[in-house]
Amino acid sequence: MKLFLSLIALIAVLFCASLTIGYTPLPFGTAFAALFGFGDPLYQTVMQDIRAPRAILAAMVGASLGLSGAAMQGYLRNPLAEPGLIGVSGSAALGAVIALQTGIAAMFALALPLMALGFALMAVVLVVALAGPRGASLTLILAGIAVSAFAGALTSLVLNLSPNPYAAAEIVFWMLGSVADRSMTHVWLALPVMAVGWVLLATLGRGLNALTLGEDAAEALGVSMSGLRLRLLFGTAAAVGATTAVAGAVGFVGLIVPHLLRPFVGARPAALLWASTLGGAAMVLAADITVRLVMPDRDLKLGVVMALIGAPLFLHLIYKTRKELP
Amino acid sequence: MSLLSLRDLTVRRGDCPVVDHVSFDIQKGECVGLIGPNGAGKTTLMRAALGLLPHAGASTLADIPARERAKSVAWMPQTREIAWPVSVEHLVALGRLPHLPMGQKLRDADQAAVDAALAHMGLDSFRTRRATELSGGEQARVLIARALAQETPLLMADEPIAGLDPAAQIATLGVFADHARAGHAVLASLHDLSLAARYCTRLILLSRGQLVADGTPEDVLTEQNLADVFHLRAKVHQTEDGPIFQPLGVIA
Repeated sequence: MKLFLSLIALIAVLFCASLTIGYTPLPFGTAFAALFGFGDPLYQTVMQDIRAPRAILAAMVGASLGLSGAAMQGYLRNPLAEPGLIGVSGSAALGAVIALQTGIAAMFALALPLMALGFALMAVVLVVALAGPRGASLTLILAGIAVSAFAGALTSLVLNLSPNPYAAAEIVFWMLGSVADRSMTHVWLALPVMAVGWVLLATLGRGLNALTLGEDAAEALGVSMSGLRLRLLFGTAAAVGATTAVAGAVGFVGLIVPHLLRPFVGARPAALLWASTLGGAAMVLAADITVRLVMPDRDLKLGVVMALIGAPLFLHLIYKTRKELP
Repeated sequence: MSLLSLRDLTVRRGDCPVVDHVSFDIQKGECVGLIGPNGAGKTTLMRAALGLLPHAGASTLADIPARERAKSVAWMPQTREIAWPVSVEHLVALGRLPHLPMGQKLRDADQAAVDAALAHMGLDSFRTRRATELSGGEQARVLIARALAQETPLLMADEPIAGLDPAAQIATLGVFADHARAGHAVLASLHDLSLAARYCTRLILLSRGQLVADGTPEDVLTEQNLADVFHLRAKVHQTEDGPIFQPLGVIA
């Protein structure tokens, strides 16, 4: 309960900070008045059309990545697992890149995210077909790696065939991941898809707890492994697919957040689901604020900052784990 | 009343039957040892009986809904997996999952079952310890407590004493024998024939997937069976504590 309240408070503080920090310096009171439609119309535009969607998306993206990371680690019983493992993010990125390359992205505002979502769904269907309904977690990982590798190869091919350096640069910048310059349209597109993912993943707690004892024991405890796996895969596809669709590739959140919070929930996989959801939201909000504070005029990308924060943190965790080993 | 009934249970890998038309019943109060050489089909038989493997023939436990099955049998797989550093109490409480309605926390009756299982296995002082930090023997005790907390009529265990020191092996089988005497039943696959003979009320001998002998330890552990199935030259001494098995050599 203490952890829950602390994370909620942290998210609230970071959310308010995200709304008030930016290129146009706005005092707290003015910012909130503008957010709810009072005061200078310019400020209202800044708050309602730029900062609010950015802060909301950052929280949604973080929550999705944190939750699916915790679910994936719980299912695979491996602290190194992350949501991208099943090829969903790579395939969503491929969909987005094809949309950028072919010009579909320019046809209407939601063309790119819709393409990304479509490809994420195709990836998960392919992974389920490859891994089979009753296969063990190893077949799932292998199927995920195969789909990821293929999506990566096709993304490279699209980049390779790029007609001009500007198109290639646009693709590369998109792939770095960001929640800047998004609108409420992006929020409304991603929210229902992510919500489906959240609901599917939130139902996994009981099964993931049982999986602490291994697949055989969990199944003998009444957990349907095939049902659990389908909910995990489609839940992750919805949450992470929607994330990649609106924010590009943002790595490390799904890996680091569950790892950081595990000791605070007594390592219980079910409790880690909600903790990582909140922790992920806080981490991406913080990273997105950092993007604006460190180099406000250089359009630093969220995915880059996350990797810069995540990689050293990960190294620290490895070092700590090594020290704890006998 | 039989707690497990198998009729012509058969499991095939390709064309080869790994378990071949095995039939038996297990009654309340029995402590049954499933014996046989490596590859005889012990694990496959138990997993198929639980409905964890596709099979032909009938098993009363495989043909009921998973949730009901989990209230009828506790299963201890051969691999003692504890994936996360959860507390011993939390791990033992996983045994209550089949009894808990979706999304509910442990009720008083569940907590009482967990407490009883912890006390039974002498784990009271281990409650808050991380299960992954315990020794192999202690982890085995925690996992037995987890199975006991499930409060099922039947307990099935796959090589529960493998990798344990002699005292832990005896203690484990002692718990199983007491559990059976208390009105439950136990089916455990075992490789130690002397311990199997001493603690089991009945032995089932498997060879190449087929049931070769089924009866009291005296009836099953004959020098002839040991030679035919295990290819062992062995002496079997009948004592007050049951037959004692002494391997003398391998029959080429």
